[in-house]
Amino acid sequence: MARVLLGRRYRFSAAHRLHTPLLSDEENRAIYGKCNYPYGHGHNFVLEIVISGELPPVTGRLLPLAALDGFVREVILSRFDHVNLNTQVGEFSALSPTTENLSRVVLRRLESAWPHWFGGRGVKLEKVRIWETGRNIFEESAGWDSKKEELPLDMVTTKS
Amino acid sequence: MLLTRRIEFSASHRCVSGELSEAANHALYGAESNESGHGHNYALEVTLEGEPDPVTGMVVDLKEVKSVLERAVVAPMDHRHLNHEVEPFDRVVPTAENLAVEIYRRLAPEFAAGPARLRSVRLYETEDLWVEYEGR
Repeated sequence: MARVLLGRRYRFSAAHRLHTPLLSDEENRAIYGKCNYPYGHGHNFVLEIVISGELPPVTGRLLPLAALDGFVREVILSRFDHVNLNTQVGEFSALSPTTENLSRVVLRRLESAWPHWFGGRGVKLEKVRIWETGRNIFEESAGWDSKKEELPLDMVTTKS
Repeated sequence: MLLTRRIEFSASHRCVSGELSEAANHALYGAESNESGHGHNYALEVTLEGEPDPVTGMVVDLKEVKSVLERAVVAPMDHRHLNHEVEPFDRVVPTAENLAVEIYRRLAPEFAAGPARLRSVRLYETEDLWVEYEGR
């Protein structure tokens, strides 16, 4: 048996505007600069999912890639591709859609849906990594949010 | 500290398990199971661990690392059909997972005597799929 990590990359394009209601308009402009321009802007995001597990000896395949791709497509890409993150993704109604927060929202949704899709197979969701551009890259590991009350859980499964 | 050397090689393969039916193979491996095979430009990142020599400031001579990787990985695998020409893939499915494990097993003894030990290998089958193995 061998324990391997497997990384798989996906792409989605979305609009966002960095703005938090916790600060004044002037403070938002000062902190976020051009990311706070009133009509928003967009990125071609690259999403990397990392999973781990013991390699099944017969198949040599951690999970069928078609199943993993279908999972990410349904849980993330169908909700995040070609949308406006601020207005069409529930978590961002009161949360600034920085790519830091986006990474955690994406990870939270993946973690919530994981047991239903792949529970009992001995494969673990390890982390997500998001390239906002080729130069800005953010990473969060599963289980970062032992304090789950920080983001409202009911938003996680809300279809946008 | 860690250092990583990257190399590329190109090879063909076909993913089918002799223990599964044709339908089960196709369901599991998709296009990777197509009968006539196909190929990839693989990229391999080999990460070594060691302490910099106090005089040279180097963990290991990268020229030597390069020649080990060329001898142990590129020479036997580049422009080969993995299933037909590279052990043990006549009987082990040459998935990216198994190929990463096999490459690790070939490289670990090469670095066992130091000065840098093999920490992990990360094999990119495409830029959107990689597998990493740390020998455990």
